[in-house]
Amino acid sequence: MLKLQDINHLLRMAAVFAIGLVLFLVFRRAFIPKSFGRYGHFRGDAIAEITARPIVYAGHDTCEGCHPNVADTKAKGAHVHVNCESCHGPLAEHADDPASVKPQKPDVAHLCVRCHSENIAKSQGFPQVNAKEHSRGQLCNACHQPHNPGLVQGARK
Amino acid sequence: MNLTRRQLLVLLPAAAAAWEYVLAGTPEAAPTYNSTEHWWGMLLDITKCIGCGSCVRACALENDVPDGYFRTWVERYHVSDFHIENPVVDSPDGGKEGFPPSEFTGGKNFFVPKFCNHCVDSPCTQVCPVGATFHTADGVVLVDQNYCVGCRYCIQACPYGCRFFHPTKHVADKCTLCYHRITKGLTTACCESCPTGARQLVDLKNPNDPIHIFLKTHSVQVLKPHLATGAKNFYNGLDGSVR
Repeated sequence: MLKLQDINHLLRMAAVFAIGLVLFLVFRRAFIPKSFGRYGHFRGDAIAEITARPIVYAGHDTCEGCHPNVADTKAKGAHVHVNCESCHGPLAEHADDPASVKPQKPDVAHLCVRCHSENIAKSQGFPQVNAKEHSRGQLCNACHQPHNPGLVQGARK
Repeated sequence: MNLTRRQLLVLLPAAAAAWEYVLAGTPEAAPTYNSTEHWWGMLLDITKCIGCGSCVRACALENDVPDGYFRTWVERYHVSDFHIENPVVDSPDGGKEGFPPSEFTGGKNFFVPKFCNHCVDSPCTQVCPVGATFHTADGVVLVDQNYCVGCRYCIQACPYGCRFFHPTKHVADKCTLCYHRITKGLTTACCESCPTGARQLVDLKNPNDPIHIFLKTHSVQVLKPHLATGAKNFYNGLDGSVR
């Protein structure tokens, strides 16, 4: 026959466990971010935070919207698939506010050579020059129009 | 209030449905981008890469990558005919300002652009103890930098060396595949700035993406296929000496 006075130590133990459980639930709620587990074992809000980052490169479609003449010139030459910001640098700020943010002119002496200097690791079909011998001190755009890089009229071969 | 048993039976499911609606919360503003409709990867054409470093510079500018650290970089390989398994590799400043003339005159020489492979079974996400790095539904591996504790476990786990410890944020950092761009319909900064088309963002779930024809008609490899990471950087013309 169970005597009720013997059950007290069990009740005390149960109370300790209950307090522990409550504390566990409270801490769990406090420390695990609300969106954790929404899509998987990570904080769901992180996706929106990463997506919200502003863009820096506007993309060539944006450029060509306002500069169709340059796009037409490029379409005729070997640089047709070279996107604008590949040479001109990131210009999303300029695209957002064309009046006040003006892009700088690229430095051809540096820029052209970076792609077109001779290197044994480049594919044989890619046009490469020894810049010093090739230009003899002249700037690249004295003879080449970068948007359509064939020789400009009147340039000496 | 007096309720008959019949009224109660009708009301209870209605109340349950209403409670479910309350629990679900307000639906988010409907974005036009649906991540389940995409499966991103990248095509890297070794035969087209000229080592100009445009991708490295663009990545750094787009993503605020600190100097001396790289989310993408370019390696130059020299494979001599006598040691095809021991290539000589250099990558001055990650190839950021292009490459100086090679010291070699013979052998096989080529550039290899590298960055996170956005593996399907990525070792880095498996080891993260807190769930700070994860896969999105469109196949991109991301780092939640507000949740990362900076234990560096993932940096050691990545077999491709694509992660680094951010020197000022003190968390793991890596390529996001320009997730802020591709979710807006743009391509990544590296692909946007690549002058030769050596890098192409591909969407394997888009049936009209030219990648499907390319994969059928070319010998395409991924890096370290024996590790079965499910890498999604497809290299065309990749030499067996590349590690």
